[in-house]
Amino acid sequence: MQQQNSAFVRTELVADQPPPSGEKGLVRWLRTNLFATPGDTVLTFIGLVIVAMVVPPLLNWAFLSAQWSGADRSVCATVAQGGVQPDGWSGACWAFVRAKMELFIFGRYPLDERWRVVLVAAMFVVLLVPLLIPRIPRKGLNSVLFFLVFPVVAFFLLVGGWFGLEYVETPLWGGLLVTLVLSFVGISVSLPFGIVLALGRRSNMPVVKMLCVIFIETIRGVPLITVLFMASVMFPLFLPAGVNFDKFLRALVGVSLFASAYMAEVIRGGLQAIPKGQYEGADSLGLGYWQKMRLIILPQALTLVIPGIVNTFIGLFKDTTLVSIIGMFDLLGIVRQNFSDATWASPQTAITGLVFAGFIFWIFCFGMSRYSIFMERLLDTGHKR
Amino acid sequence: MASQETLRDDGVGRASLLYDPKIRGIVYQIVVFAGLVLFVGWIVNNTIDNLRRANISSGYDFLGQRAGFDIAVSLIPFTSDSTYGQALLSGLINTILVAAVGILTATIVGFLVGIGRLSKNWLIARICTVYIEIFRNIPPLLVIFFWYLGVLSVLPLPRDSIELPFSSYLNSRGFFFPKAIWGEGAWLVPVALLAAIAMSWFVARRAHARQMATGQTFPVLWASVGLIVGLPLLALVVTGFPISFERPTLGTFNLTGGWTIKPEFIALYLALSFYTASFIAEIVRAGILGVSKGQTEASYALGLRNSQTLRLVIVPQAMRIVIPPLTNQYLNLTKNSSLAVAIGYPDLVAVGGTILNQTGQSIEVVAIWMMVYVGLSLSTSAFMNWFNARMALVER
Repeated sequence: MQQQNSAFVRTELVADQPPPSGEKGLVRWLRTNLFATPGDTVLTFIGLVIVAMVVPPLLNWAFLSAQWSGADRSVCATVAQGGVQPDGWSGACWAFVRAKMELFIFGRYPLDERWRVVLVAAMFVVLLVPLLIPRIPRKGLNSVLFFLVFPVVAFFLLVGGWFGLEYVETPLWGGLLVTLVLSFVGISVSLPFGIVLALGRRSNMPVVKMLCVIFIETIRGVPLITVLFMASVMFPLFLPAGVNFDKFLRALVGVSLFASAYMAEVIRGGLQAIPKGQYEGADSLGLGYWQKMRLIILPQALTLVIPGIVNTFIGLFKDTTLVSIIGMFDLLGIVRQNFSDATWASPQTAITGLVFAGFIFWIFCFGMSRYSIFMERLLDTGHKR
Repeated sequence: MASQETLRDDGVGRASLLYDPKIRGIVYQIVVFAGLVLFVGWIVNNTIDNLRRANISSGYDFLGQRAGFDIAVSLIPFTSDSTYGQALLSGLINTILVAAVGILTATIVGFLVGIGRLSKNWLIARICTVYIEIFRNIPPLLVIFFWYLGVLSVLPLPRDSIELPFSSYLNSRGFFFPKAIWGEGAWLVPVALLAAIAMSWFVARRAHARQMATGQTFPVLWASVGLIVGLPLLALVVTGFPISFERPTLGTFNLTGGWTIKPEFIALYLALSFYTASFIAEIVRAGILGVSKGQTEASYALGLRNSQTLRLVIVPQAMRIVIPPLTNQYLNLTKNSSLAVAIGYPDLVAVGGTILNQTGQSIEVVAIWMMVYVGLSLSTSAFMNWFNARMALVER
C-alpha cells in the first residue's frame, strides 16, 4: 500500500457548505427561469411589457372601475353619453349582467314554470356528478338513469303538456337552457351514432362502407352553419305537407348529425389502433360481430380515444352558439339580443355581455378538458401503443 | 332442413345459408340499400310536392337573374345589376380571401406561441399557456363578436381617426391606407419579382446539389431575400419609379380615396387567426415534444448549436407529426369563415343566405354551399397531403 506521511489527517467529514448565494432561492430561480441568457433577458422584458400592458387595464376594467349595481344604463355611461360616469370612464357594466341574469339562464321561459328548469338542472347535476367521480360505485345503474331515464323525465318536465304541466313552446326557451339542452342531446346522440358510423366505415360490406364514407366526408367537409341552414330551410320541404317540425328540433337534428360525423372519425382512430390480434382473439373465442365489438374492441378503442371524444364534445358545446344565426336564442344569442335593449344600451354593454358569455363558455369547456386529462391519466394502463 | 342437407351433400360444409357470412352480408346490404332508396324516394317525392305547392321552380336558372342587392366588399366588379351567379362568385372570392390571410397569420402566430409555450423562460411560457387556454375554450363566434362589437366599434368616428404612419387611418369605418397607382412601365416590377422567385428556386437547387456533392454550404436564404427584394427594386429604379400613391383624405364625414379594409373583414380575420392560432400552437407543441430527446442530445453531441439543432433536427421531424392535424385546422378555419354571416361580411354563406331569402331556392343554394366547401376541403387536403409526402422523412 501507499506510504502516507501526512501531518494532518481529517477524521470527520466537513459540514456541508451552503450553496453560493447565486445558486439558491429566488435568485437562482430568477437566473435559470428568467435571465439565463441575454436573449432570455430580452424575452423576459418583452413579456413584462405585455403583462404590464394587458393585466392592469384589464383588472381596472373588470373590477376597479366596474359598476356592480344599478337600475339602468346611466351607471354605465359617461356624462357625454347621458350617464353619471366622468368622461373617459371605461369599466365593465356588471349591473347589466345582474339585471339580465334570469333572462340569460332561462330565456323567455314562463316565470311560474321556471322551477321545472331548476328541477331538471338539479337532477342533471345529481346524476352527473357521481358518474364523473370514478370511486363512486353503481356506475351501471347511474348511466341507465342518466342516459335513459333522465332524458325522458327532462323532456316531459321542460316541454310540459302532460300531467297537468303547462305546455311551454320551444321558441320561449332561451339562454343557457338552450345551450345545455342542445349540447346534452348532441353529445348523447352523437356518441352512439358515431360508433355505428365508425363501425360502418370499417365494415366489409361495400355498400354500408360507401354510405358511411359519403355521409362522414360530406358533413365534415362543410361548415356547421350550412348544415343548420339545411336543417332550418330544407327539412320542412322533405316532409309531407302539413307535418310541422319544431324549429328547435330541427336545430337539434342538425347539430347531432354534424357531431356524429366528427365523433365517427375519432372513434375510427381508436378502432384502427387496436391490434389485429384482439380481433382475431375475439373471433377464435367464437364471439359474434356485435359481441366482439361490445366486449373486446369498443371498450379498448373508446378508452384510447377519450381525449378525442371530449375534444369533440367541447367543439360541439362551442358550436351550439351557431344556432343564434338561424334565429334561436342560446346563451350568446340572448346576450346579443339584449345589447340593443334601450334601458341598458351603452358603449360598455356589448363588451361586458360578451365577456360574461365568454366566461361561462370558458368554464364549461375548460372543465371538460381538465376532466379529460384526469380520466386519461386514470385509464392509462401503461401499455398504450 | 332440406336445404341444409343439400348443402352438406355439396361438400360446402356450412350449416345453413342463414349462417353464411357472405350471404348474410349481401342480404344486409340489399336491405340497407332498399331502405335508403325508399327513404330518399319519399323525401324527393315530398320535396317535389312541396315545391309545386309553394310555386318554386327548381333548377339553377336563377343564377342568371339580376341580383338587386349590393355587396359591400367585392374584389370583382359588382353592382346591384349583376347576376346571382356573380354574387355567389364574389362571395366565394371573399371566403377564399379571408381564409387565405387567416391561415397565413394563424400559422405564424401559432408557431410562435407553440414554441413559446415550450420556452425555458418561465414568463413567456406562462403567457403562451394563458393565451392558448383562453382562446381554445371560447366559441369562435364569440371571438368574432368580441373583435367586431367590443374592439372595432369603440374605435373613434372618422373625424377623430387614429393616424398611423404612411398616411393610413384607423376608425370605426375601417382601416384606410394609400392606394398604389402604377404608371407607365410598371409591368416590369411584377416580371422582376417572378424572375427573382424563379432564380431563388434555381439557386436553392444548385446549393443543395453542391452541398450534397462537396459538403460546402451556401447562404440560400440571404441570397433569395436579396434577389426577391433587390430585383423588383432595381426594376423600379430602371423605370424611374412609375408609382404614385392616392392617399386617403379626411372629408367632413368620411375618408375618401385610397384603399379601405372594412371592419367586418378585420374582425373576422383577427378572430379566425387568433382562435385557430391557439389550436395550431398546441399542435406545434405536441409535434416538438414528439421528437425524442435522444435526437436533441445526438445533435448537441455532433456540435450543432441550439438554433441549428432546432432548424436541422427538430423541426423537420416535428413537421411529420404536425402536418396532418395542421391540415385539419386549416380546413376548420376555412369552414369557420362562414361565421362571417353573423357580422355581415359578404362571404359565400352570407351572400347565399341573402339569395335564399330572395328567391326561395333553398335546395340549390344549400347544394352550391356544400359542393363549394367540400371542394375547398378536398383541394386543401390534397395540397397538404402532397406537402406532407414531401416533408416526410424517408425511413429505412
